[in-house]
Amino acid sequence: MGEEVKLFRSWSSPFALRIVWALEIKGIEYEAVFEDLSNKSPLLLQYNPVHKKVPILVHNGRPIAESFVILEYIDETWKQVPLLPKDPYERAMARFWAKFCEDKVLTSIWSAFIKQGKEQEEALVAAAENLKFLEKEMKGKKFFGGERIGYVDLVLGWLANLVSIFEEIIGLKIVDEEKFPLLYSWMQDFAEAPIIRDNWPPRDKMIVKFQALLDAAIASSSSSSSSSK
Amino acid sequence: MADEIMLLDWWSSMFGMRVRIALVEKGLKYESREEDLNNKSPLLLEMNPVHTKIPVLIHNGKPICESPIIVEYIDEVWKDKSPLLPTDPYQRAHARFWADYIDNKIFQLGGKIWTRKGEDQEAAKKELMECLKILEGELGEKPFFGGENFGFVDVSLVTFSCWFYAYESFGNFSIEAECPKLIAWTKRCLQKSSVSSSLPDPLKIHDFVVQLRKKFGIE
Repeated sequence: MGEEVKLFRSWSSPFALRIVWALEIKGIEYEAVFEDLSNKSPLLLQYNPVHKKVPILVHNGRPIAESFVILEYIDETWKQVPLLPKDPYERAMARFWAKFCEDKVLTSIWSAFIKQGKEQEEALVAAAENLKFLEKEMKGKKFFGGERIGYVDLVLGWLANLVSIFEEIIGLKIVDEEKFPLLYSWMQDFAEAPIIRDNWPPRDKMIVKFQALLDAAIASSSSSSSSSK
Repeated sequence: MADEIMLLDWWSSMFGMRVRIALVEKGLKYESREEDLNNKSPLLLEMNPVHTKIPVLIHNGKPICESPIIVEYIDEVWKDKSPLLPTDPYQRAHARFWADYIDNKIFQLGGKIWTRKGEDQEAAKKELMECLKILEGELGEKPFFGGENFGFVDVSLVTFSCWFYAYESFGNFSIEAECPKLIAWTKRCLQKSSVSSSLPDPLKIHDFVVQLRKKFGIE
C-alpha cells in the first residue's frame, strides 16, 4: 500500500508554501489541493474545523493543521534531509527563533505594510528592532539552519519574497541592505536556492493581491475616521 | 555529574507553572528564582535579551525561553521518566496542535475578562466559553488530554485553572456550569503532586488581580 500525502493550500499562502518546500526538499510525493479561500471546500472544513485554514497536510487520510505542527510532523515521519537539529538544545533554539519570526517579525512587517501614519512609523521601528536580532543570529551562517536550509529558514522564507513586494507597493524600505547586510544576503541566497526558487507564486499576481488588500485597509480606516460619533 | 537547573519565574504566571509541573514530573531538582517584573534582574536580561520575560530555564548555564519550548526541551532531555509527549508522530502533532490552540486563545481572552468592561468583556466571556467548550469536546471521555496519562496538553491548560476563579468573579459567570467535565478534569489534575505543588491558591490569584485592577485604574 502506498503513502498518500495531500496538501491543502492556496496559490499565495506563505504558510502553505513552507510545507511545499519541506515536502519537496525531502523528496516526498504529494498531491496539492488548491483552495479558494473565499469559498472553502467542505473537505477543508472537515479536515480543519477549528481554524478552517490552509495549510492542511493529510497523510493516509489523517489531517494535520498549523504549519509549525505540520513541519515537525514531516520531519519526524520522513527522516531524510532533517529540518531540525538532533541536539535538544539546538532544537529548542530553532523553535525559539521560529516562534520569534512568526510572533514578532511577521506581525511587525505586516503592520508596517498595512497601516498608515503614526501606526506605520511605529511598526517600522518595531520591525527594525526585531530584524536586528535576526541579523545577529545570522553571524557566521549562510542559512539559519547552518550550511543548508532548515526549519527556521522555511518559517522565515516568506521574507525573501514578500518584503520586496511590500516595499514596491508602499514605496518604503523595510529591510535596508546597509543596516541588515547578513539578512539581506540571506534573502537573496534563500530566494534563489533550488526548490525554493521553483515555487514562488507569480509576482505580478502577488502585487495585485496585496495592493488590493492595502487599498481595502486604507478605505476602511478613512471611512471609520470620517464618520464621527 | 549533576545537572544545574535554574528557573527564572513569577509566582502567578501560568507559563512559569507549566515549567514547574514538567520539572516535578521528571523528578528534577532545581533552583527557583522569583523575578521582580518591575525591576528585572541582570540575569533575566542576559538570559532572555529578546523578550525579557519569564519563564526562563537555565540548564548548565544555557537558557531556554518560551514555556512550550521549555517543556518540550525538558521532555526530550529527560525522556526516560514520565513522558509528556507521545512517541507516535501523529499523536505528537495532535498534542502540539491543541497546545498551540490553548496558547493563542486562553491568555488573551482571560485577560480581557478582568481588564475590560461592557461589550468588550461580554465578547471575551462568550469567546472564552466557546474555546473551553471546544477543549472539553477534545477531552471527551478521556481522563486526560494525553489519554490515560497526563501529558503535554494537560500541562499547557491546567495552569489556567487557578485563574478561573478570578475570571469568573470579575466576569460574573461560572465555567463549571457550562464545562463541568473540564472542571472535573482540573480536579483530577490537582490530585497529582506535580500540579498541586506548582499552582498557587486561586484566592491568592484573585487578590492579586484586585491589586492589579487598582494599579491600572480599572473599576
